[in-house]
Amino acid sequence: MSILRLEQVSRSVPLPDGGRLTILSGVDLEVGDGDRVSVVGRSGSGKSTLLNILGLIDAPTTGEVHFEEVPARTFSGAGRDRLRGRKIGFVFQQFNLLPRRSALENVLTPLLYDGGRDFWRRRAIATRMLESVGLGHRLDSPPERLSGGEQQRVAIARALVRRPRLILADEPTGALDLETGGSVMELLEQVADETDAALVTITHDPNIAARASRHYRLEGGALAPAVVA
Amino acid sequence: MTGALSRFLTGLVGAVVEAWAELRVHRGRVLLSLIGVGVAVCALTAVVAAGAIAEQALREVSERGGGRAATLSLSSWTDDGTPVAADDLRTAFRTAVDRYGIDYASEHGWGENRVRFPDGITAVPAELVDVPFGEMHRVDVIEGGWFTAADERRMAPALVVNERFWERLGSPDLRTHPTVTIAAPAGDVTAVVVGVTPSPTWDQAPSSFLLASQAAALRGPDADAMYGTPNFEMWVPPDIAEQLIGRLSADIGGQLGEGVHVDVFRNDFAEQNASSIEQMQLIVGGIAVVVLLLGALGLVNIALVTVRTRIREIGIRRTFGATGGRIFFSVMMESVVATVAAGVVGVMLAVLLVKNPITTDLIGQGVADVPPFPMEAAGAGLLAATIVGALAGLVPALVAVRVKVIDALRY
Ligand SMILES: Nc1ncnc2c1ncn2[C@@H]1O[C@H](COP(=O)(O)OP(=O)(O)OP(=O)(O)O)[C@@H](O)[C@H]1O
Ligand SMILES: [Mg+2]
Repeated sequence: MSILRLEQVSRSVPLPDGGRLTILSGVDLEVGDGDRVSVVGRSGSGKSTLLNILGLIDAPTTGEVHFEEVPARTFSGAGRDRLRGRKIGFVFQQFNLLPRRSALENVLTPLLYDGGRDFWRRRAIATRMLESVGLGHRLDSPPERLSGGEQQRVAIARALVRRPRLILADEPTGALDLETGGSVMELLEQVADETDAALVTITHDPNIAARASRHYRLEGGALAPAVVA
Repeated sequence: MTGALSRFLTGLVGAVVEAWAELRVHRGRVLLSLIGVGVAVCALTAVVAAGAIAEQALREVSERGGGRAATLSLSSWTDDGTPVAADDLRTAFRTAVDRYGIDYASEHGWGENRVRFPDGITAVPAELVDVPFGEMHRVDVIEGGWFTAADERRMAPALVVNERFWERLGSPDLRTHPTVTIAAPAGDVTAVVVGVTPSPTWDQAPSSFLLASQAAALRGPDADAMYGTPNFEMWVPPDIAEQLIGRLSADIGGQLGEGVHVDVFRNDFAEQNASSIEQMQLIVGGIAVVVLLLGALGLVNIALVTVRTRIREIGIRRTFGATGGRIFFSVMMESVVATVAAGVVGVMLAVLLVKNPITTDLIGQGVADVPPFPMEAAGAGLLAATIVGALAGLVPALVAVRVKVIDALRY
């Protein structure tokens, strides 16, 4: 069973002059358990737009998105939010940590929206998660007092704290130097391996893209398999 | 079913936990707005409490004067201006009271006694009453007791005196049955002091109560002409008061015959002061509402600014599974948790404000003891804080849910 399947997805936005800008057109993509997918493309090619659609944050203008074989447009708004919280983990280029909140508070945030037992054990779970990304000694530090690499590790811990089936990373190494970026990717792949989660990485860095097992390029709104050197 | 319920409870606790955490992070900004709410709640509670205490005080004073609801007063006059014969009137009144089965009835007349105090003779006003008068007017007694049936059978007349009178006697222990000599027209009479009523600070003159049935020994034959015919009072259930008024004036008037007029009317607080109290409450309530609205406006303003600066954070929370409803509830909760906390502080301040000795003296003026802080004022303060929190949270909460996740992330 696939986790996510895109069929002929296109996305266009209205422009101020009355016309429409087509960002994506005719995109087909299937992601299954344990997949390692990379998408490269130039700036402005629509990578983030694609990722938002994959993450059920945005809806396609035409075409169909199936999540676990269910058409995503049939979900209610709240149902989509809950599904996203439970099954999808996001890692962003700008980390998107909550400022002034400690690393621990940031990591336990997704568990606040868990309606089950994990809500009550959120501190223990988040602590263990931070320890597994090597930040067990920085639980009380807010993002302002962490380095870029450390912040991204907190963000990875937050993305994975609810054991999602699908991890979506939008330029996870974009704000980091080469070496730090490499170690962050290693960590991401390692924790994804542990839970057999699928990992979709969006990047413009060929080295990062090469770490995946399936490679795509986004160009002119179309998604095509890419050859990696 | 249990699954849904536990999910709901978890959500509820989660929202409160989240609201509390948010408040701690934004405490600097929130604190400022909360000072406004706390002050408003304090003002509201204080104003409501002071109003309630003043009303209670007014009611007590008024009940001492005019009687409890419903007190009927009976007065009489003649065509030619001569006083109505007190004994005839008394007899007619007693007959009517027996006929209609009225349990609480009392004569209420006026007189004056020349009392031999250790430091000289003073004319002391005396109210001539029957035993039930004490209960009908809630007369407070701080020493000894009000008249009883046994006092009516005493050889020496009994007196209930006010605190000033008692002080002039040297504040004797009433268990020793202190006596006082009254210079009556027919010679000195010894009276026994059986009870003492409290005197407010402004009341410096001695005064006393005397049983009407024992007054004759102390009064001259021309007393009725001097002080006028006594009034008579009855304390009856308010719902039959109207009916009794008609029957009693006809009945007693009939007994007294031609040329004598009898008027029975309601004389109590509820009748006289209901409208003035209503007006006072309206004014006080109006001020309180304005104060509260001002507080709420300030809060809405700050909550709105706070939420605007947090749109990105809200977007982040949405990507990690927060539903729109949850965001709405959390933002609202933040406001309610904050205002309730401010409300508790405000109410405590109001208690301090109203119950400190300086204020009690001011609003309780003339009443011997100020009633306790009204619980309903504290309740009203907290309720108002909650409502203000919910209302002030509503606008930012609506703003927060209208944010689209995708736009919030780009913010
Ligand atoms: N809501 C919108 N309204 C108008 N234009 C939009 C909107 N969303 C995206 N775009 C445009 O669509 C194009 C693709 O945007 P997107 O953010 O997906 O690019 P990207 O590939 O992620 O670029 P980058 O590598 O710089 O992050 C851009 O030209 C952007 O200006
Ligand atoms: Mg992008």
